[in-house]
Amino acid sequence: MLNIKNGIQKLGEKAIEFIQYVGALGIFMGEVAFWLFHPPFRLRQIFRQAEKIGVSSLPIVSLISLFTGMVLALQSAYQMQKIQAEMYIASLVALSMVRELGPVLTALVVAGRCGAAITAEIGTMKVTEQIDALETMATNPINYLVTPKFWALLISLIILTIYANFIGMIGGYIVGVYKLRIPHHMYMKMTFEPLKHSDIRNGLYKSVVFAIVICIIACFEGMRAREGAEGVGKATTSSVVRSFVLIIACDCLLTAFMYFIGR
Amino acid sequence: MIEIISLCKNFGDHVVLSNLNLTINTGETTVIIGRSGCGKSVLLKHIIGILKPDSGQAFIDGKDIIKLTGRTLSEIRMKFGMLFQGAALFDSLSVWENVAFGMMEHDHKQKDEVMNRVTECLGLVGLSGVEELKPAELSGGMRKRVGLARAICMKPEIILYDEPTTGVDPIMGDAINTLIRELHDKLKVTSVAVTHDMTSAYKIADKIAMLYNGRIIAVGTPGEIKNTRDPVVKQFIHGEARGPITIGG
Repeated sequence: MLNIKNGIQKLGEKAIEFIQYVGALGIFMGEVAFWLFHPPFRLRQIFRQAEKIGVSSLPIVSLISLFTGMVLALQSAYQMQKIQAEMYIASLVALSMVRELGPVLTALVVAGRCGAAITAEIGTMKVTEQIDALETMATNPINYLVTPKFWALLISLIILTIYANFIGMIGGYIVGVYKLRIPHHMYMKMTFEPLKHSDIRNGLYKSVVFAIVICIIACFEGMRAREGAEGVGKATTSSVVRSFVLIIACDCLLTAFMYFIGR
Repeated sequence: MIEIISLCKNFGDHVVLSNLNLTINTGETTVIIGRSGCGKSVLLKHIIGILKPDSGQAFIDGKDIIKLTGRTLSEIRMKFGMLFQGAALFDSLSVWENVAFGMMEHDHKQKDEVMNRVTECLGLVGLSGVEELKPAELSGGMRKRVGLARAICMKPEIILYDEPTTGVDPIMGDAINTLIRELHDKLKVTSVAVTHDMTSAYKIADKIAMLYNGRIIAVGTPGEIKNTRDPVVKQFIHGEARGPITIGG
């Protein structure tokens, strides 16, 4: 009986914690939305952050999307060869990259790499009173720290996604043309012919949502960091885990929405 | 003038400030003494509006900072300079960018003008040639002095010092005390310092207030505090382990 009572109590505590978390996140999002369109806009910081996020993520995004394109081509070849439809490998790689894998994989890489760094940076600033110092100097921490990162992440993720789509297609091309012996002109034709504007647009819509998710979660978790180095570590872990889960969940919802409504 | 009325603050079940009242006159240096963790820094953060109390008011020149938001809050904060316990320098910025931060954010002056003021402030705290260094390259004492230079750079009317001499050697501690005293004498700034360093308290204070159990239990000039009969204050200023203040409490 006591165990059941304790169990219910813990469940209640978790529910309250969850509601408080969602409430605080909502308020934080509101503040970020306010400062996105209020000066100062800090263009220099936006470019500095975009360089930090975008340029430094290029090598890992290149590697992952190249291998993904190659694996996609090889895995689909396994089935396509049975029905002698190898030429459709090009279309499959292109559509998979542009509609799904390009945006999702890029977002996961950026969340793991840059989201974690943002949380650690803001968390450290929080526990060493640097955020309090900003406030004492009449500088809003959200305007100074979050909004430049938001714009930088948005711009970088969109550009990185377009780049990842392209590199993924090159990966597929290498396997398709040099290993599976699909003629060059046929591979190119089957890559670009089925691609519609809406495929590219829908993929980039996803990137916009993922950028918002990464920035909001990374900055929010950083701002909530407590209790020194251990607290920053915990905040960083939960930032990465929550970003990953939300990226996949948003991807599922957006894909369903685009399938049923936005086709 | 700073006037704190019936300020209460709890963190969970822990009562930090309980019905605290304190008045700090313009141009006066008030030192708040008390044991570590008794809520001295929390009180400072209420004065500048970083923390919101559960109840009570904190008037800065007649305006309740707790009720202020947005631009009016920023305007009030521009009157303040604050030295943090761990200096709280921005890691990603160089020393000069740290000191110049307020000017770059709000004054939009020419770089030469800003640099001159930065050099002047760093000179006041006994530092030179460190402008291009990052905070990570400085010693604890140097960081503190850069923090102090940053606090005075905007020529504030009120300066808050959170443990100004903690983490610096006694000679530098005395230099900081002298500087605080000079700022008070020359610029007539209102200063509020929290510390448990009694040497520092006696040197810089016009008035000393003792914070104990969330309240101000004694206020007086350094002479009055030295000669107090209050057993709690007496035990604290003499640094005795035995007395009404228990080590665990």
